[in-house]
Amino acid sequence: MAANNIGIVYRKELREALRDRRTLISTIVMPLLLFPVMSVGFGYMAVILVGQAKKETPKVMIVGGADSPEVVAGLKKVENIEVVPTTENWKEQIVGKEIRAAVEIPVNFQGDVAAQKMDTVKIYIYENELKSSFAADKIQEYMTKYSDSVVKERLAAKNVSDKVLKPFEVKQENVAPAEKVSAAAFGGLIGYMVIFLCLSGGMYPAMDLTAGEKERGTMETILSSPISRMHLVLGKFLLVLTASLATAALSVLSMGISFSALHHFTTNSGSSRGEAAAFLLNLGPKVVFSVFIMVLPLAVLFSAALMTISLFAKSYKEAQSYITPLMFLVIIPAVAAMLPGVELTPKLALVPVLNMSLLCKELVASTYHWNYIAIIFASTCVYATAALFIAIKMFQRESVLFRS
Amino acid sequence: MIEARSLSKSFHDKKRGVIRAVDNVTFSAQPGKIYGLLGANGAGKTTTLRMLATILEPTDGTAIVCGHDVVEAPEKVRACVGFLSTATALYPRLTAQEMVEYFGRLNGLDEPTLKKRIDEIFTRLDMNGFRDRRCDKLSTGMKQKTSIARTLVHDPPVMIFDEPTLGLDIMTARTITAFIRECRDLGKTVIFSTHIMSEVEKLCDTIGIIQSGKLLTEGTLAELRAKHGEQDLEEIFVKVVAPHYVAQGEN
Repeated sequence: MAANNIGIVYRKELREALRDRRTLISTIVMPLLLFPVMSVGFGYMAVILVGQAKKETPKVMIVGGADSPEVVAGLKKVENIEVVPTTENWKEQIVGKEIRAAVEIPVNFQGDVAAQKMDTVKIYIYENELKSSFAADKIQEYMTKYSDSVVKERLAAKNVSDKVLKPFEVKQENVAPAEKVSAAAFGGLIGYMVIFLCLSGGMYPAMDLTAGEKERGTMETILSSPISRMHLVLGKFLLVLTASLATAALSVLSMGISFSALHHFTTNSGSSRGEAAAFLLNLGPKVVFSVFIMVLPLAVLFSAALMTISLFAKSYKEAQSYITPLMFLVIIPAVAAMLPGVELTPKLALVPVLNMSLLCKELVASTYHWNYIAIIFASTCVYATAALFIAIKMFQRESVLFRS
Repeated sequence: MIEARSLSKSFHDKKRGVIRAVDNVTFSAQPGKIYGLLGANGAGKTTTLRMLATILEPTDGTAIVCGHDVVEAPEKVRACVGFLSTATALYPRLTAQEMVEYFGRLNGLDEPTLKKRIDEIFTRLDMNGFRDRRCDKLSTGMKQKTSIARTLVHDPPVMIFDEPTLGLDIMTARTITAFIRECRDLGKTVIFSTHIMSEVEKLCDTIGIIQSGKLLTEGTLAELRAKHGEQDLEEIFVKVVAPHYVAQGEN
């Protein structure tokens, strides 16, 4: 009987939701369109930006150096930078981005080098500006090479092997599989997207089924029917949960399709987008499935919380202003999990949303820490049960249902 | 059959403290009769009827509706009550038929019975022309008929109408009053609230006058005339209510 009643409410709410343009847009159209548009937009921008960067060779100036012709000639031969005639206002030109860097050669530089007197070559840059640092790197590279050759000459003059300066070598080598490396970069994003979309997918139906029902005056109608309030709230809750999960599932689907399409078009550019696509293709159904299983209790928590909050409101508008703070509460921990260096600890495993976001990062990298999975799943289930319990209690309070 | 026993409801208001919206109301309504609850706005009519329909829970006292206690078995009470008010709207995105079907199912009707009931009601209320039209596309009159069909689908022995004609034009209002009479003729227990004197004079077998949550007087129209020495119901109403109305104003 209970399941039957909940089913009647659920089927009716589903029928209404499928006829509601606003719900359809927020649950189905938005997630399906968001990713293709986003990735095409990014792809397009990336192509344009890369093209521009390739076209432009950074201009640099050489300050001084009249008495060091070899160094100046060497600098002029460096590839991928263009040495332009020096002007008085070279500093302003760097700030104005007309030239990207300048190198100052001290007076009598080559003479000092020959006399083994230490000088300082200064490179002037626009800090944190990509093209400026690119130009500076090229100059630095050349100067380092020059310095090395001087060292070699001096050692040779004294009949000493240049190995004296380098007793041993240090090298870093990656042992993590490629999928885990890319997961570290993109895994956080997937968890964040799924979590955020779970919330945004349930948002509209939650408001429609509670505050919307009050606004349209159907609350009193439904309360006069024999269905118990608990069955009513559970039927409504199941619809919000369905919308929440449908949005998340459609988004992942759309994300996969659009990234793989983008990958197809940009294979040769070797951009990070292409890597992202390759990585998503490597995800496989197992990872997607486990992310969804883990997100399920979180979707329950969101759906129940959204319903409880919007039940207080008398209208959509009021409900929206109550839900906005909740959005921030969810976005902040989800974003925090994307920060480098934030990793699961037993304490963080108890923080809702943050724990799930961190876990998704691990799952995407195919790392299964069963202890954490158990703690996070169990704790989220506890929070979800509590939220659902509160939603049911609220639905039985006259002061909430008939707030005026 | 409805029996209100010391029915009371208090609300807590931040500014005004505890408000006794319904205060110790006792009366009974019989099958095949219409009981009219007459009162000004804010007199406690809606709260009383909502408690009888178990939409609100009494803070004190109780009521027995078709043999079930509103506090102890609210779901059983709702199953034998049809509740209609101008506040009970329809779901805009359901068709007239889906709306009535939904309430039939919530009342536990099986599908063959439901289909039979709906065909019967839609024919009787002349609703077949718009049964597949969405409720937000219906005219006010069509909406009222759909609401009536919704309250009737489970054939309840008790009908509760809370200011059913409020804000309706005269023709639509007549559909409702005709429907109320029909319910009485079918032997249902009918209770309705209004602040319109003429409706009460035309429809009611028993009249109760309510003000400040208290049932001040009760009886047939003839009994009220004899008791208060006035012929006109409006005069009777003013005579009964006036002292309490002032008292409320002074609070």
